[in-house]
Amino acid sequence: MSVPKRNVRLGIALIAVVLSALPFAVGLGMGNAWVRVLDFALLYIMLALGLNIVVGFAGLLDLGYIAFYAIGAYLYALLASPHFGLHWPAWAVLPLGALVAGLFGILLGAPTLRLRGDYLAIVTLGFGEIIRIFLNNLNSPVNITNGPQGIARIDPIRVFGVPLSKPLEIFGVHLPGVYLYYYLFVLLALGIIFVTVRLEDSRIGRAWVAIREDEIAAKACGINTRNVKLLAFAMGASFGGVAGGLFAGFQEFVSPESFSLMESVMVLCMVVLGGMGHVPGVVLGGLLLAVLPEALRHGAGPVQQMLFGRVLLDPESLRILLFGLALILVMQYRPAGLWPSATRRREFSKPGP
Amino acid sequence: MSVLLEATGISKRFGGVEALKEVSLTIEQGEIYGLIGPNGAGKTTFFNVLTGLSGADSGHFHFAGRPLDISAPHLVAAAGIARTFQNIRLFANMSALENVMVGRHLRTRAGVVGAVLRNAATRSEEAGIARRALELLHYVGISERGNDLARHLSYGDQRRLEIARALATEPKLLALDEPAAGMNATETGALRQLIEGLRGDGLTVLLIEHDVKLVMGLCDRVAVLDYGEKIIEDVPAKVRRDPKVIEAYLGGTVV
Repeated sequence: MSVPKRNVRLGIALIAVVLSALPFAVGLGMGNAWVRVLDFALLYIMLALGLNIVVGFAGLLDLGYIAFYAIGAYLYALLASPHFGLHWPAWAVLPLGALVAGLFGILLGAPTLRLRGDYLAIVTLGFGEIIRIFLNNLNSPVNITNGPQGIARIDPIRVFGVPLSKPLEIFGVHLPGVYLYYYLFVLLALGIIFVTVRLEDSRIGRAWVAIREDEIAAKACGINTRNVKLLAFAMGASFGGVAGGLFAGFQEFVSPESFSLMESVMVLCMVVLGGMGHVPGVVLGGLLLAVLPEALRHGAGPVQQMLFGRVLLDPESLRILLFGLALILVMQYRPAGLWPSATRRREFSKPGP
Repeated sequence: MSVLLEATGISKRFGGVEALKEVSLTIEQGEIYGLIGPNGAGKTTFFNVLTGLSGADSGHFHFAGRPLDISAPHLVAAAGIARTFQNIRLFANMSALENVMVGRHLRTRAGVVGAVLRNAATRSEEAGIARRALELLHYVGISERGNDLARHLSYGDQRRLEIARALATEPKLLALDEPAAGMNATETGALRQLIEGLRGDGLTVLLIEHDVKLVMGLCDRVAVLDYGEKIIEDVPAKVRRDPKVIEAYLGGTVV
């Protein structure tokens, strides 16, 4: 509150410089594959922020969140690929993806309004699986989703007619496609962070938290809990829809296996580990859980080679093992998450004097 | 005086138990109306039906000159009835100030677009919410605890906070469910002053209370429920001498 305006501007400028320089630092230092990892991390951050609205703010445990990601991705794939011969521009498909995912959010929310906790988790889990199974099987009698083979040759995202998939030369600076996607994703992630932070500190955000804290009291306070909950589902889902569209354009390929239950669990872990309900924590959680497994995947083999002279544990299973260990440690020693909000920290601590 | 709330033939069953049997009562503008009765007499059930938390099997309410829609709690709150709970229900992990700010939800408008754009209208509305919330904390006497989490407040302060949150919805009728439960004599005395202050400011109060002394001293009129039936509705002086009341509730001794 009492931070001088000059310092705020300085901070924003600093963040802007770091975010613009990051792909160059990562790309030149570690190779463009890592910029690609960064791109995915940004998609996961968007997903985690969307799920955070539902789980972190409104306290509605959603285990099928990845379905909205799938809806956004398939919408993009269907409207911008040779599959149906449609080639809609990204600026039209992405907002449409947000809208359609938001509608599906309401569709999921409406029948589950009376459910909380475990019961809601089970229904949402089922919803996530239903969407995935639909995508897997909607290839006959009419081929809509192309089934398990997925949809390929999806149009890359174009900004002002420039496809982000091809390298670009600007003022003599060479920008590979992964850099271009990085900048687009950073802008959109910042937009989503902005929207989330604004919502959190508003009449709507307070109503969400009130429902999380005590739904009956929230009702008695005059909050129309039905509408406010549906709004949380719709907002969270729409973020997932945008991220899904970006994913489809970035990968140029979608198939149902990208949207398994494990992905929902992963996004939930990002929210919980980072710090439920706290935007910076959720961003950190998304970044860590997207980047660390990749680091392990690439690092585990060579490290074992160096230490033992051969690879004892398959890097893939080691990755899952360490991931589980990390989860247990964090929940044991930082139950409120790695970077919880000040309130949340107090919530998990004993009442002070 | 004009009638603020009129309940007609309110009945409510839970399986074989008749929690409320054809209860009718009228609460007049500006009075403190006490609702007493032994445990399980149906007082809280009456509150829950009135505030839309559980539906009535039959009967209807007339409030402030029009029929009261009790199909959803937020509609009741919007009509101008606010309540507190017997077992305090605060938003435990929100600050005291935020608790009261939530109470302003009903009387403010900003939606998603306003929240995201934070335009002039939203900013002034937010400032108004914070200002009013602080005033109400002041009013109930806990303004210095505004930034503390609700669950870290003392029991008495939590009761006050719940009243402040209810007041934030701008009620015409404030329904208090056993506000003095668990309070010591000093806290009860302070609570009494607060409720009298509310009446002084023109609010009508419906009070469920076990503390007979408090009810008899504070209320303008009292109704007694016994096994879901209203057995009397009168001024305290008459209620405390009524043989049916003495038998049902006061255990045979005149207080």
